Amino acid sequence: MAYKILARDDITSESVRMVVAAPHIARKCEPGQFIILRLDGKGERIPLTIADFDRDAGTVTIIFQKVGKTTYHLATFREGDEISDFVGPLGRHLDLGRLGTVACLGGGLGVAPIYPKVRALKAGGNYVVSIIGARRKDLVILEEEMRAHSDELFVTTDDGSYGLRGFVTDQLKLLLDEGRKFDTCLAVGPIPMMEAVCRLTAQHDLPTLVSLDTIMVDGTGMCGSCRVTVGGETKFTCVDGPVFDGHNVDWVETKRRQCRYVPQEKQALERFEKDRGSK
Amino acid sequence: MAGNGNNEKPAKKKVVEKKYPMSEQPPAERIRNFNEVPYGYDVETAVEEARRCLQCKKPVCIDGCPVEIDIPGFIEAIAEEDFAEAIRVMKSFNNLPAVCGRVCPQEDQCEKVCVLAKKFESVAIGRLERFIADYDYEHGVAPPTEIAPTKGKKVAIVGSGPAGLTAAGDLARMGYDVTLYEAFHAAGGVLRYGIPEFRLPKAILDQEVDYVKSLGVKVECNMVIGKVFTIKELLGELEFEAAFIGTGAGLPRWMKVPGENLIGVYSANEWLTRINLMRAFEFPEYDTPIWAGKNVAVIGGGNTAMDSVRTALRMGAETAKIYYRRGEKEMPARIEEIHHAREEGVQFDFLVAPDRVLGTDDGWVRGMELCRMELGEPDESGRRRPVRCEGSQFEVECDMVVVAVGTYPNPIIPETTPELELTKWGTIKVDEETGMTSVQGVFAGGDIVTGGATVISAMGAGKRAARGIDAYLTDK
Ligand SMILES: Cc1cc2nc3c(=O)[nH]c(=O)nc-3n(C[C@H](O)[C@H](O)[C@H](O)COP(=O)(O)OP(=O)(O)OC[C@H]3O[C@@H](n4cnc5c(N)ncnc54)[C@H](O)[C@@H]3O)c2cc1C
Ligand SMILES: Cc1cc2nc3c(=O)[nH]c(=O)nc-3n(C[C@H](O)[C@H](O)[C@H](O)COP(=O)(O)OP(=O)(O)OC[C@H]3O[C@@H](n4cnc5c(N)ncnc54)[C@H](O)[C@@H]3O)c2cc1C
Ligand code: SF4
Ligand code: SF4
Ligand code: FES
Repeated sequence: MAYKILARDDITSESVRMVVAAPHIARKCEPGQFIILRLDGKGERIPLTIADFDRDAGTVTIIFQKVGKTTYHLATFREGDEISDFVGPLGRHLDLGRLGTVACLGGGLGVAPIYPKVRALKAGGNYVVSIIGARRKDLVILEEEMRAHSDELFVTTDDGSYGLRGFVTDQLKLLLDEGRKFDTCLAVGPIPMMEAVCRLTAQHDLPTLVSLDTIMVDGTGMCGSCRVTVGGETKFTCVDGPVFDGHNVDWVETKRRQCRYVPQEKQALERFEKDRGSK
Repeated sequence: MAGNGNNEKPAKKKVVEKKYPMSEQPPAERIRNFNEVPYGYDVETAVEEARRCLQCKKPVCIDGCPVEIDIPGFIEAIAEEDFAEAIRVMKSFNNLPAVCGRVCPQEDQCEKVCVLAKKFESVAIGRLERFIADYDYEHGVAPPTEIAPTKGKKVAIVGSGPAGLTAAGDLARMGYDVTLYEAFHAAGGVLRYGIPEFRLPKAILDQEVDYVKSLGVKVECNMVIGKVFTIKELLGELEFEAAFIGTGAGLPRWMKVPGENLIGVYSANEWLTRINLMRAFEFPEYDTPIWAGKNVAVIGGGNTAMDSVRTALRMGAETAKIYYRRGEKEMPARIEEIHHAREEGVQFDFLVAPDRVLGTDDGWVRGMELCRMELGEPDESGRRRPVRCEGSQFEVECDMVVVAVGTYPNPIIPETTPELELTKWGTIKVDEETGMTSVQGVFAGGDIVTGGATVISAMGAGKRAARGIDAYLTDK
């Protein structure tokens, strides 16, 4: 069985949204869970967050950033094309429940995975303050969707082309310095961003949850590729996470493990681009 | 062709004392490729070997086989060059002979008890099994498998390892409408992701899986049962009348020593899955990356450790060493695998266990600190327990470590099926005879029940459960 792409659009020059027919996953998944896909018989397995789903239509939406071979390749898939393998829903469903006032920080493509959580938090009666960041104005994603499900929304850009000039942490710091109180912080984005958020929130004793994007193979707990150290204990991101207490994550180790295939990833992307160029 | 081709009883002839050898790829060559190591018998050798069998009145070899194959029966047919009959006999007991003939620990099972083994070498039952399966795939001599008229009842099988494939195949033959759910994108379980290409070519496994499909079994991959459907939902909304759980013992056990999360430390599952299932040995043709060390240390003494270390050589390791906490005699790996590993240049260090993995400043493995062991009193497994010799710690250099110290059952199904009774090891409790769990209509077998065992014992459990399910659904 293959999984058909029913809709596809470029939401920025670097990221793509796809709606995929996967009725059995749509029927069961919860906000914050993820899928693992494999494009074709020679593909690798990569995890992507379930950004949205429609139980009646039997569809799952994914949003991904083009960063390497597989995501560039997937970006060439059109409406009507099929993805060979699509497994899920994986990861723990985190029932956030009623936390009170929650700061939700999405950095870069981290906005896609945080969006379903923001929606669930808002629906659960929480007061949601969202801060989303990107390098430039044209790379900001899901602004309208996030605004619709947040009580307050702030945007930051690295170059100041839109919203506050700086990082999402700068905006959070402004709010904290103003004396704003939060019960919990949720941060999803590149590792350096999540680490910076945790450094800041630790100073304010603000409990902080992060969603880790470790390198995975199976996604069911059988390989340990995704392992991280949290509070001195080894955890598997795919079955124990992907959400963890950010103040307890061993960031140094997490960063190192995340980079362990960089030379191979570079080689794969160059090869892919060369192949495409020659076609 | 050798032999006189009549029906004269081979027992009257002088006994050939040794097994006919099976030719193999020379070690120096094979450590540079992933091709299968033994080539298998040709027709002449197989017939000669089959004629070594005494056709005993009381064939004790059958008692040594967990699925009770009519061993003298299929061997006699080979001796008589009636290959269609040989494969027919074989397949009436065993759906996966090409696999078993290759990976069964024959030396501890059928061949161990063969009467010839008392004075000489046993009949090469495993090699003959492999021969007849391969002969059939090449020449297609097997008569079509008989399938009973449909019973109009649906059975779900979860997990496509040897237990699941066997239960599925047997139930389909009995006329059940069988759907097999597998979490990975390809069927086969450990046969797919664990056992390397050079011991069990995936093309052979594909043929075995295709055979099971040809019996009418529907295989649905990418289905993590427990996540996508619970067992309860399979029996409820999805209208299956019985379910079989054969999800194996796929969770890696760790050493729990400092440094285990350094880069370059792999669980055997990750190392083997990247290479076998994802074919990282063909990177960049295949997308999955792998990083392979030059001085490789593998911790453990089972088949998994042997597969990991031999794979490391093929991935370019200059030295590859096994560190095992008991002695050579206690190693659970198959003798043939240990022998092949030695031939290929694998080194062994016995009675040692790592205290920690040592890292470089930037987080890669640079070595290990190990401690010498001695054997003390026997433990619950009956093997003597290794005891630390304090003060004997020493360091070794290596740039990659594979941890192959055992596995646990995967908890996804038990966690989502709380009614299932488990043992204290997390394995599922079943009725020995029928394979039924504490939940009506739910059966289980293979490594999820026994903990890590063998392919053929998982198949035996699949067979018993198929009979158990048939009896349950006939009475229901
Ligand atoms: C639970 C989870 C949810 C995720 N959700 C999203 C999402 O919604 N949108 C999105 O764009 N990305 C998401 N990611 C990250 C995404 O999986 C990677 O961007 C993708 O695997 C990159 O593959 P590539 O071949 O294109 O790039 P590569 O060139 O292979 O890798 C680029 C970088 O991506 C990371 N990466 C590589 N392989 C994997 C792998 N198998 N698993 C995880 N990370 C890997 C590494 O840091 C690597 O340096 C998620 C990751 C996890 C673990
Ligand atoms: C590296 C290695 C080498 C070995 N070598 C030998 C050997 O030479 N000889 C020998 O006899 N034995 C050997 N063994 C042991 C043997 O392979 C196992 O005992 C046997 O495969 C167990 O079979 P099984 O059907 O119980 O489970 P498995 O083969 O483990 O299959 C279980 C299947 O279930 C799937 N699954 C798990 N959870 C779910 C879920 N929730 N939903 C759907 N599917 C799921 C898994 O993906 C897997 O495909 C070896 C084992 C390993 C790891
Ligand atoms: S299945 Fe295994 S034990 Fe049984 S006859 Fe074949 S090799 Fe021997
Ligand atoms: S015990 Fe050995 S010799 Fe006797 S029938 Fe079995 S295989 Fe043949
Ligand atoms: S991805 Fe293999 S254990 Fe998590």
